[in-house]
Amino acid sequence: MDVTSSESELRALMLAASTGDASAYRTLLERLSSQLRAFFKNKLVLMNRGAVEAEDLVQEALFAIHTHRHTYDPSQPFTAWVYAIARYKLVDFLRRTKYSTRNVPVDESEELTARDNYAGVESSLDLDRLLETLTPKVKRVIQYVKLDGLSVSEAANRCGMSESAVKVSVHRGLKSLALQISKEGRP
Amino acid sequence: MKTDQLIDMLSTNVDPVKTVAIRKTLSLALLIGGSAAFCLMLGTVGLRRELSWSWNFLALKLLFTVSLIGLGTALLAKLARPGQKNAKLSALTLLPFIVIVLAGSIALASHTPMAWGKMLLGMNWFTCLFCIPLFAVLPFVALIWFLRKGAPTELKLTGAIAGLVAGALGATAYAFHCPDDSIPFIAVWYGAMVALCASIGSMLGPRLLRW
Repeated sequence: MDVTSSESELRALMLAASTGDASAYRTLLERLSSQLRAFFKNKLVLMNRGAVEAEDLVQEALFAIHTHRHTYDPSQPFTAWVYAIARYKLVDFLRRTKYSTRNVPVDESEELTARDNYAGVESSLDLDRLLETLTPKVKRVIQYVKLDGLSVSEAANRCGMSESAVKVSVHRGLKSLALQISKEGRP
Repeated sequence: MKTDQLIDMLSTNVDPVKTVAIRKTLSLALLIGGSAAFCLMLGTVGLRRELSWSWNFLALKLLFTVSLIGLGTALLAKLARPGQKNAKLSALTLLPFIVIVLAGSIALASHTPMAWGKMLLGMNWFTCLFCIPLFAVLPFVALIWFLRKGAPTELKLTGAIAGLVAGALGATAYAFHCPDDSIPFIAVWYGAMVALCASIGSMLGPRLLRW
């Protein structure tokens, strides 16, 4: 894990994940989270911001990566795609928390190569509270499928919904959680 | 929440990605927006009266607007996705403006200053001023709908290009009504109105496209 993940490795994981390979996807998110953590900490330290805010951003970026997976074009570099999302989320975070964005370097050649595996910090995001913002039906589906790990068909049985309705609810629920996170103006 | 918890959640029961046909959605937005602008033109100011059609000038107007639509659309397809480089293409969208302004200046230079007023203002500059931005509204809505399906990361630029393409679609529709046949007129009024739409787009972009 200490070896810097190369573009080709990450890209291969992403391609496997996009066919529904959950373990490839988990590995990908783990690697990306440590790279994102180093990236955000590095930027925030210049602005006297702490590790909790960096962790908030790591999670927001992971959420954004997840809900916008479909915008990755396999013919393009994967790290450039991730970096563009990370930088967008950083600028957005600084703007909504009223910080000048003038100091954010726009270095195009910058890559997500540094890593930070220290995942002990908790973000200020409270999953239970976020789940409360969903409709009860969607919340239940997310609980079954994404938190309890029931299969889609089991969840469909328990909720009395069709499998495709469950999938749509999960998709909508995650999108609305991502939106909720990006709306929060944490000072 | 710990990040490991989030990773657990996101990677549990992960669905295969449905690849969205970005180009297809974009073409649909252009088609809907463009036809809406054309219908609005037909329903308000109407087609130019048949006898006075000047095919050369219509072709010239369309050359200007369609080249902007082409360049802008190619750029939007890239801007809708994070991390695609596009500096060259962004610079290229200025080319049609430069060409039409140069052509307009040459046309003015070949006439006496006495004729300039008529060439620049034509008969209908006020209608043009009003119609192009009006016809651009629906195409702009359609393009924003398209962009919100993607993940644009440069919101000002993306908004500006959406405004540019919408303005050019509005100008395309207006060209079928426009009774003014002079290159300086196209350079000043078409150019300025499309540029105005682009600058409005750049202001609206950060609000409408945030995700």
